[in-house]
Amino acid sequence: MAENNPFPGENNTGHFWDDNLRELKNPPPRWWMIAFWVSIGWVVLYSILYPTWPLPYQPEQGDGYTKGILGWTSIKEYEKGMEQVRAVRAQYDEQIAQLTPAQILEDPGLTQYTLASSKVLFGDYCAGCHGSGGQGNPGYPVLADDDWLYGGSLAKIQESVTNGRKGAMTAHQSILTPEEIDTLATLTVELAEGGKGSDEAWALYNAKGCNACHGTTGNGVLAELPDGTIVSVGAANLTDSIWRFEPGGYESAKHTITYGVNQPGVEQTRDAVMPAFAQVGQLEGKLSPDQIKMLTVYVHQLGGGK
Amino acid sequence: MTANQNADQRAAMDDIYAEAEHWHVNTGGETIHAKRIPGKWRRIKWIASSVWLIFFLGPYLSWNGRQAVLFDIPNRQYHLFGATVLPQDFWMLSLLLLFFAILLAVATALVGRVYCGYFCFQTVWTDVFTWIEEKLEGSPQQRRKLDQAPLGRRIGVRSVKHGIWLLIGFLTGFSFVAWFYGAGPLWRDFFVGNANGAAYGAVALFMVGTYVLAGWLREQTCFWLCPYARIQGVMLDKTTVVPTYDVARGEPRGRMKKGETEDNRSTGDCVDCNQCVAVCPTGVDIRQGQQEGCITCGLCIDACDAVMDKVGRPRGLVRYASLDELEGKPVKPLLLRARVWVYTAILTVALAGILYGFTTLSAIELKVLHERAPLFVLLSDGSIQNKYTLKMLNKSNDDLQVTISAESPAPITLVGADEPFQVKHGEVSPAIVFVKIARKDLPSETVPVIFHAKAVLPDGRDISTERESAFFGPRR
Repeated sequence: MAENNPFPGENNTGHFWDDNLRELKNPPPRWWMIAFWVSIGWVVLYSILYPTWPLPYQPEQGDGYTKGILGWTSIKEYEKGMEQVRAVRAQYDEQIAQLTPAQILEDPGLTQYTLASSKVLFGDYCAGCHGSGGQGNPGYPVLADDDWLYGGSLAKIQESVTNGRKGAMTAHQSILTPEEIDTLATLTVELAEGGKGSDEAWALYNAKGCNACHGTTGNGVLAELPDGTIVSVGAANLTDSIWRFEPGGYESAKHTITYGVNQPGVEQTRDAVMPAFAQVGQLEGKLSPDQIKMLTVYVHQLGGGK
Repeated sequence: MTANQNADQRAAMDDIYAEAEHWHVNTGGETIHAKRIPGKWRRIKWIASSVWLIFFLGPYLSWNGRQAVLFDIPNRQYHLFGATVLPQDFWMLSLLLLFFAILLAVATALVGRVYCGYFCFQTVWTDVFTWIEEKLEGSPQQRRKLDQAPLGRRIGVRSVKHGIWLLIGFLTGFSFVAWFYGAGPLWRDFFVGNANGAAYGAVALFMVGTYVLAGWLREQTCFWLCPYARIQGVMLDKTTVVPTYDVARGEPRGRMKKGETEDNRSTGDCVDCNQCVAVCPTGVDIRQGQQEGCITCGLCIDACDAVMDKVGRPRGLVRYASLDELEGKPVKPLLLRARVWVYTAILTVALAGILYGFTTLSAIELKVLHERAPLFVLLSDGSIQNKYTLKMLNKSNDDLQVTISAESPAPITLVGADEPFQVKHGEVSPAIVFVKIARKDLPSETVPVIFHAKAVLPDGRDISTERESAFFGPRR
């Protein structure tokens, strides 16, 4: 073809169509070719060093790809990162292991660490019932307020998380007449709204043994020890405006008095159970003492710790 | 198709072919060896280029015992003389970028690519590199000869040149890194292998980049890499003053002939000496008019003026002139051009924003995050409580005790802020506080609450800042 090239000296490939349509040789610039070959070299080098090519499934390995001679995997990289995180956390965790919740609260840095890291714990273990911010749910107490059934001190909160709580109240449907239930339900509503309650109602309250749990003044406190510790059995404070069971008010109170709390065999009884979160042996899904300590601080700082 | 049409088409194509031959496109096939001649614009170019000395010397300036300008990326602190700018203040950077972008636009609208010709690092570094080349290898003719010489003859002088180029590249990278790393620490760490990888990487990148861009690519960068060179076409208008060949005066160009006197010559003022092309660092012929390769450096003006002086014709055959001026139209005064006003307005707004930012830079900053779950809590005494997470940022150089207070139209009780909070310098400290309002005092579902943060600097100055948030209560 070259001998009868009609366009000599033009650097064409010698391919012609329709007389004058022809293919020219216009090679890419040298730098482009160098970059091209360097890129290919890079691919080769990379595929030797790192996992690259898919292979048929290798049953003994459980996967199928070339592994690369560096042995890099994303899981290893992740674990390296986690190790760094653990190293940072270790210095705080070691301190926390030696301290009580009260001592943690004295150190602003440790408190910050505790609040930040136990937010996750709270989300995993507590928020399901008590809400992400401790705002409570129908039937599950608000943790962000200052009304505590079992006490809002650090020690009491720690106790509640460790051992759990189970409320108990007799179902009064067979003990009290409907009129008596009405009188007592009306009393709780009056107390919640800041009223005093009638003498007959208080007489009935004491006669029927309500005071045994709710206290003589109805505030749920049975006694106060000299060191300030409050003795209670977890009975609700009837004198504040916070209701233990939603939605609160006369009908709610009547329901609770009639069917009680956690009464076996009573169909409409109130449920009020918090599981124990302390690890017993190697049981999965429970909390270590240090985790409980941190959660105690977290719950205490939600807004109503005492 | 008639024979007539055929001839018309052929004539049209001939025009296009003639134009294609006429337009030489510089694709870097041949190295441009520009002649260097002294002159007014050459001097101005050196003076303008010397602005870049700040780049090399700036890191050694200190202010109050610290590097005056230091962009401390690892600590996320940017020191500008007395002021410390944190990433939180970076909205000012966008205004600064806007300012310079518009400055570039206004400069281009008025005097063309003045940035390209006098200030651009590509131009300046290339200028310095070719100056070194001339000192070592001689005039453009000698260099062209050397390009053809066998390798053995040129390797000696060439390796000295490349060595100096690489050294300048290294100094460029080193100076750049010094702005971020601190000049003192960089000198201390760099040569003994103690600087971090990013510092070595940046120096290497700059060294290679400077060497390749200013040593090898040169005007090819302006032709084929730089986006600004492409945008300039829409920024210029007929009032823009750029180096221009006075066609009416120059044409028809022609060499001076023996025996022809000034009075009876048939040619224009242009003696077709090609000096304007010989001195052009991008190798364009200014006599073809404004074109993409022209970086408006004015060196052709120097060349032409020198020749005009020699042949006794008036200077200014090539001069800074606008298209309007060349076409004999009245030249619009600067202040009557809409562009000038629009650009000036944007510049002023950007500058005012930056000034406002710097004057209101407070040493402490307060952010208030209102707790959303729960939005509010009913307490046993019947009052409503809201929870707030305060984020206190200390931008001063000392650890501070920050006192928090709150005010609101409703009578409020602030809980948890009895003691001042310790905030370390350059850090954000969170703190949780509560605000209580008795339910009877709550006038509406939401009440504004303003939090104040106060601190005293070690020199006794009071600093304070405030942030408005809201108090939420039950629906009424």
